[in-house]
Amino acid sequence: MRATRMLMFQLIRLVLLLAAVSIITFALISVSPIDPVQAYIGADMLRVGEEQRAAIAAYWGLDQPPIERFLHWLKAIVQGDMGTSMIYREPVLEVIKDRFAHSFVLLLAAWLLSGVIGFAAGSLAAMKQGTWIDRVIQWYCYALSSTPAFWAGLLLLIVFTVWLPIFPVGLAVPAGVSAEQVTWLDRLYHMVLPAITLSLVGISNIALHTREKLLEVLGSDYVRFARARGEQGFLLWRRHGARNIMLPAITLQFASFSELFGGAVLIEQVFSYPGLGQATVEASTRGDVPLLMGIVLFSTLFVFVGNAIAEWIYRLVDPRIKEGYRHET
Amino acid sequence: MTLLDIRDLSISFAMYDRWLRQTTQPVIQSLSLSLEAGEIVAVVGASGSGKSLLAHAILGLLPQNASVAGEIMFEGKPLTAAALSKLRGSKIALIPQSVQYLDPLMTVGKQVEQAARIGQPKALRQSIFRSFRLPEGAAKLYPFQLSGGMARRVLVSTAAVSGARLIIADEPTPGLDEAVIQETLRIFQDLSASGAAILFITHDLAAAAQIADRVAVLREGRLVDISPASSFAGMGEALSHPYTRALWQALPQHQFIEAVGWNDEA
Repeated sequence: MRATRMLMFQLIRLVLLLAAVSIITFALISVSPIDPVQAYIGADMLRVGEEQRAAIAAYWGLDQPPIERFLHWLKAIVQGDMGTSMIYREPVLEVIKDRFAHSFVLLLAAWLLSGVIGFAAGSLAAMKQGTWIDRVIQWYCYALSSTPAFWAGLLLLIVFTVWLPIFPVGLAVPAGVSAEQVTWLDRLYHMVLPAITLSLVGISNIALHTREKLLEVLGSDYVRFARARGEQGFLLWRRHGARNIMLPAITLQFASFSELFGGAVLIEQVFSYPGLGQATVEASTRGDVPLLMGIVLFSTLFVFVGNAIAEWIYRLVDPRIKEGYRHET
Repeated sequence: MTLLDIRDLSISFAMYDRWLRQTTQPVIQSLSLSLEAGEIVAVVGASGSGKSLLAHAILGLLPQNASVAGEIMFEGKPLTAAALSKLRGSKIALIPQSVQYLDPLMTVGKQVEQAARIGQPKALRQSIFRSFRLPEGAAKLYPFQLSGGMARRVLVSTAAVSGARLIIADEPTPGLDEAVIQETLRIFQDLSASGAAILFITHDLAAAAQIADRVAVLREGRLVDISPASSFAGMGEALSHPYTRALWQALPQHQFIEAVGWNDEA
């Protein structure tokens, strides 16, 4: 019973969140100094007359007051129509689908990398607390977490594409090759640097949290008792350490979707990677309201789902909560 | 044969006072105690007398800021860190104080099986559970689902399946009803009958006198007296040390002990 109630609350929360986010985004766009018509026409501005501009504005409905535009957009979105992107001239949903397909692989790779490496590094640091290994890992984590992701990306670009030209400078596929000829190996090859960059920041976050949590577990009575039974080193970690830090680590990892998405916006820009992050920047700098609204809603949903999964994992996996359910129902 | 021989053991903690000066806080001072194989020795003391620290010191599980002086010999050899890492869990077992000492995310059956060092873990666990009257279904429970009495029996099971020669029981009886206490004590007697030495750390003088061969009294970190259990009779006339006698006479229930007739075994 409590599970269905929790699901209902989550859904209500999601609807309220989406409503609030779209209102705020729309308000911000309407006070933004960017003129979508000017951004659209670009360098041809001098050759386009006042009348033509007014015609484009009317075509997009920009001549109406903001409130009316918002209500118009809202009416459409409730019916499932997200509108048409002004800059891509395609339905917003199509643009998001296409761009997210690229981003998804990148995000997934970065997410897995940061999770696995972070968890391993954090565990190692805690198991070897006070040794030079611990100090190196901690130093690395603090250095990384105070490094802006885009700057790390630029450094990697300089090192691995200019000094040691082993990776491509940008894009998701090789230039000058037709779509049919692009192999998955090409895609992977283009994804390596951005994925590593994107995972860097996540690593230190999860490693430091894992280390703290594991130190807490190692100081617990049950680990003291496990040591009294002769368990130590990897066996102790596997039996009692990993088991007790796994849940918080996975939860944290799912809750990190927002940072991941935020990172992708910057990283895709640095690597000219045609994903959703890059589309976000395009949409906002060129005043593409329908696309920006669509992306904002989509990313809100994305982050929300991550947090909801984190919440559910606790309910479904931790025996102390799971068994509690079983007794109540 | 002397199994455990503690000579002149002192434990102190490094602490910082209000001015951040390092001071040392002695908690156990020149304690000497020995255990024969098959013997039950009780260490009795009020809380804060350093009983649990004695258990942790033997197992080498004291916190980092503790310093230890003196010598602990096991089967005639000094208990160094290297020796301990081989002996813990196989020859020396701990029965901890509370359910807090069980991994909250692992079923208790698995935890008991992992403590087994001799024979086939599952069969061993099943036979111990049967003899402790723990239902087989209890193996699938998590620590938070156990009642106090069940948790205690599970903790004792971990030591029983280990086949250890020395069992250190750290306060195994508080919070239990009389029937479970009696059962726990009976298990200890069975274990010692099979040749294990038991260091029974408790504040329950009645229980100590009931099953132990000798009772050591710890007061503020010092061992004030070691008396044979047979001296704990009547109003304690046979007890030589005044503190021990005072403790014994302060017991509300020693009439009850007499009625049970522990003297029969001595």
